Amino acid sequence: MIAPILQVEGYSKYFELHEQNKLIPASHNVNLAVYPGRLTALIGPTGAGKSSVLKGIYRSYLPSAGRILYRDALGHEFDLVQVSEHQMLELRRREIGFVTQFLHCLPRQATLDVVAQPLLTLGAARVEARQRAGELLTALNLPERLWSVSPATFSGGERQRVNLARGFVARPRLLLLDEPTASLDPRTAECVIDLIEQAKSEGTALLAIFHHPETTRRLADAVVELAPPPAVSAWIKEIA
Amino acid sequence: MNKILEVRNLGRTYGPGCPLCLEATGPESDTNLCPHCGSVVAIHDVSFDLFEGEILGVMGESGSGKSTVVKTLFFDQAPSRGQAIFYDSDRQHDLFALNAAQQRWLRNHRFGMVYQNPHQGLNFNITAGGNIAERLLMSDLMDYGAIRSRAKELLARTEVLLSRVDDLPKRFSGGMQQRVQIAKALATQPPLLFLDEVTTGLDLSVQARILDLILEIQQELKTAMIVVTHDLGVIRLLTGRALVMKYGRVIEAGLTDQILEDPQHAYTQRLVASAL
Repeated sequence: MIAPILQVEGYSKYFELHEQNKLIPASHNVNLAVYPGRLTALIGPTGAGKSSVLKGIYRSYLPSAGRILYRDALGHEFDLVQVSEHQMLELRRREIGFVTQFLHCLPRQATLDVVAQPLLTLGAARVEARQRAGELLTALNLPERLWSVSPATFSGGERQRVNLARGFVARPRLLLLDEPTASLDPRTAECVIDLIEQAKSEGTALLAIFHHPETTRRLADAVVELAPPPAVSAWIKEIA
Repeated sequence: MNKILEVRNLGRTYGPGCPLCLEATGPESDTNLCPHCGSVVAIHDVSFDLFEGEILGVMGESGSGKSTVVKTLFFDQAPSRGQAIFYDSDRQHDLFALNAAQQRWLRNHRFGMVYQNPHQGLNFNITAGGNIAERLLMSDLMDYGAIRSRAKELLARTEVLLSRVDDLPKRFSGGMQQRVQIAKALATQPPLLFLDEVTTGLDLSVQARILDLILEIQQELKTAMIVVTHDLGVIRLLTGRALVMKYGRVIEAGLTDQILEDPQHAYTQRLVASAL
């Protein structure tokens, strides 16, 4: 039995909105495990808190309860809820990738450099980094004439491909994917599926949310179904 | 990753000060003005670590004390309280225990500052090239030819037309003046750079190019930076971690994406909600 790279135990997240004096529930008591070379898929209706789980793992959200145990390349185990900010930044740089549907990048940077960026921060040579970036963009069907342009002007589908390429480029040990095929045409979506298969075969552990149940069926080794957090009356209470 | 700067309990009060100043001011009191003695507590109890090559954001509204933080670290103002240790390769400098000459040496050799107002960072009576030469001279480069070629190199790097190296700063646009300031700050290749509202008041397109330039420099030279701004867009694009300040106190600190997506403090929630 392979040891999991990530174990989420009892993760809950609610937002405390001070202005409105409200607690808004996002995720409630989520448990899951992710293994090297395998994909765990999160399913459930809108509002079940799927994205909130990914953001909690990546520390874009501060979890309200629970443990997020991560085993790093050296075999050390950390609770991502507890690690320091610098440790978290280092893990993001070296081990944990996150592909969201948003792309924040500099206005003037060429797409090829945007994609190569994670490799450059790891100290890779510029030529090799750009070459690997080009391979991924080719695999994702992004026309070469766009590579020297900034993604700022791209369509949603084009941006998503840039985002995906950047997520895969540094071969993270754990990759979080939030609807990676949502705004792609079927042919490009197939390319993404191929990329995910390849990452799995290389040993990457993946935790993903897919738009289409069909994609989940094809790629997932394990499925975790989330229900919307408990009745509003049980959760939302005035902070008297 | 190594620590380059460690700031502990930094504080600065303007005015006579009294025993009640600190408890009578701050976010809870909704003021930085002491009602008992009229002193202004510009900053109090500011602590953070900065690592090599890292960009830390300091955000907050006018009067939150964010500029005072970098001004004390750059020795523009003396702090009233607190300590800062600068780790320079194998040496440690206890910044506020140094004498004036030692502080000047660090300022000229190891730190760089880019001010919101170019009049603070540039000498307007001498040319763009002269401004850079001045800093190189202070850092002991004496050969005229070497100074001139290094100045040109820096201006080219910050995208100032070389044909304008002998122009006075007043003949430059706001964006160009900021580039010259950045070139000047970088002249000695400092490992630590302070940026105080450097894009405030510039056109959006000019802002974007300055931000690009700052990030390129950070990636090329691995310069650690403290970026002071009220602009959440700048914070998002440039910084990995951020401090949120109000009435002189740090009310929230964290990873930048966390502060913007899951702000904890009521004030930060308001700030983020009003910007998006």
